Amino acid sequence: MDTASWLPGAIAAFLAAGAVIAANLRSGRPALSLPTWDRLVGLLGLVLLVQFQYRGLFASPPERMMGEVARIMYVHVPVAWLAMLTFAFACLFALAHLLSGRGVFDLLVEATVEVGIVLAILTQIEGMLFARPTWGVYWTWDARLVSTAVMTLAFMGVLSLRGVVSDPEKRATWTSVTAILATSSMVVTYMSVQWWRSIHQMQSTPETVSGPMKELWRANAVALLLVTIWLVVERYRLAEARAREERAPPLPEAEVT
Amino acid sequence: MSWLSQIGPVVGKELLIEWRDRSRISGLFVFSAALLLMIAFAVPKVSLLADVAGGAVWLGLLLASTRSLDQSFRVEMENGSLEGMVLWPVDPLAIYYGKAIANAVVLFLVATAIVPLVLVLYHPTVRGNVGTLFGILTLGVGALAAPGTLVAALTVQARGASALLPVLLFPLVVPVVLAAARATTLVFEGDPMGDLPRWIALLAAFNAVHWSIDGLLFTRIVDEG
Repeated sequence: MDTASWLPGAIAAFLAAGAVIAANLRSGRPALSLPTWDRLVGLLGLVLLVQFQYRGLFASPPERMMGEVARIMYVHVPVAWLAMLTFAFACLFALAHLLSGRGVFDLLVEATVEVGIVLAILTQIEGMLFARPTWGVYWTWDARLVSTAVMTLAFMGVLSLRGVVSDPEKRATWTSVTAILATSSMVVTYMSVQWWRSIHQMQSTPETVSGPMKELWRANAVALLLVTIWLVVERYRLAEARAREERAPPLPEAEVT
Repeated sequence: MSWLSQIGPVVGKELLIEWRDRSRISGLFVFSAALLLMIAFAVPKVSLLADVAGGAVWLGLLLASTRSLDQSFRVEMENGSLEGMVLWPVDPLAIYYGKAIANAVVLFLVATAIVPLVLVLYHPTVRGNVGTLFGILTLGVGALAAPGTLVAALTVQARGASALLPVLLFPLVVPVVLAAARATTLVFEGDPMGDLPRWIALLAAFNAVHWSIDGLLFTRIVDEG
């Protein structure tokens, strides 16, 4: 592979470094001080994502049967994988919270559910863009499409419930309970292509995909995983700050002199 | 007294409350009947009604269940009797299973009123086995009652969250409505491809999962409540 094919990644790395330096200078830190570990992970993920998305969307050969249209799979498949992985982690964190009672797991549930919803919506939109040229329609009442929409709604319901409960302990427990319930819809989504006659492709396995395509999918998935980790940790920090503010004692009343 | 032996008295209490205030269950019948009429008005051709009869049964039951499930906990919250039961002590598992069984019984009674109404109004021909239809109704109402009881216990406790009951419940029970509606339609229209056992298996699996797990989740809600 020629050196020029690494150019997008190199440019992205250069821009990322510039962004870090600019952020450091704006905050009054030394120019070359390292950002937090999650931001480092996220920046690495973004750089890799730019590089591997360039390869997938522009530099890779067209697919044997679908031609240029299949390039969207380099976006759609990793996003779908990460959406379900994120929701699976939401379920694990919810179980951990119910078993241990520790608040950190509740905040992680909030973060992973929210990031998972964003990824699930992206999955749906990209899937519709893929469906139009391949199936002729943006939407069909196919098992995979419908179950993905239902899964997204189920987890949106979890966040909606969280918004109306004011007691922190009740909110944490109820969020964990409903997140575990919503995970059943994720399982249905994943298995939908096997349980029903679906026009969506079966779950991709290494045996069903050619070597170069498989490697590029994995590379994009790893890059997106790094970005997802960064997003979850950032969202966790925001949830933690809000929780701290909620727990803070009220300000003393001003005395009129 | 183990929690299993406490389930019966809880079911009895729930059904006694329903019997004493029969306006609630009759309200569910009227609601379902009105809904069947609305669906008929929304369908553009009368000849299509027989095709949608199976789905209309379960749409009616689903929407009736939201009212029934909310009512089953609201009466507890208004009188503080849920806390009273927990302090008695009644095992939270017994409370959950008692309420879920009672909710399933109420929904089954509503179903026994909806199905004849659908047969009269929508004119589907029942080619299948009536016993199979009763089996589908039993599995379907059970599959609605199990997660519905858990979700209703959550939403009734949070102020302003009653509107969230359908938001939380409907995505969860999509497999139930799908399987039950398809299975009911196959009983009405006949099953030349032999798909009925798969839909019944899905209903049975849903029941198995939710009747086993949701009770454990309910104990955490009541403990925190």
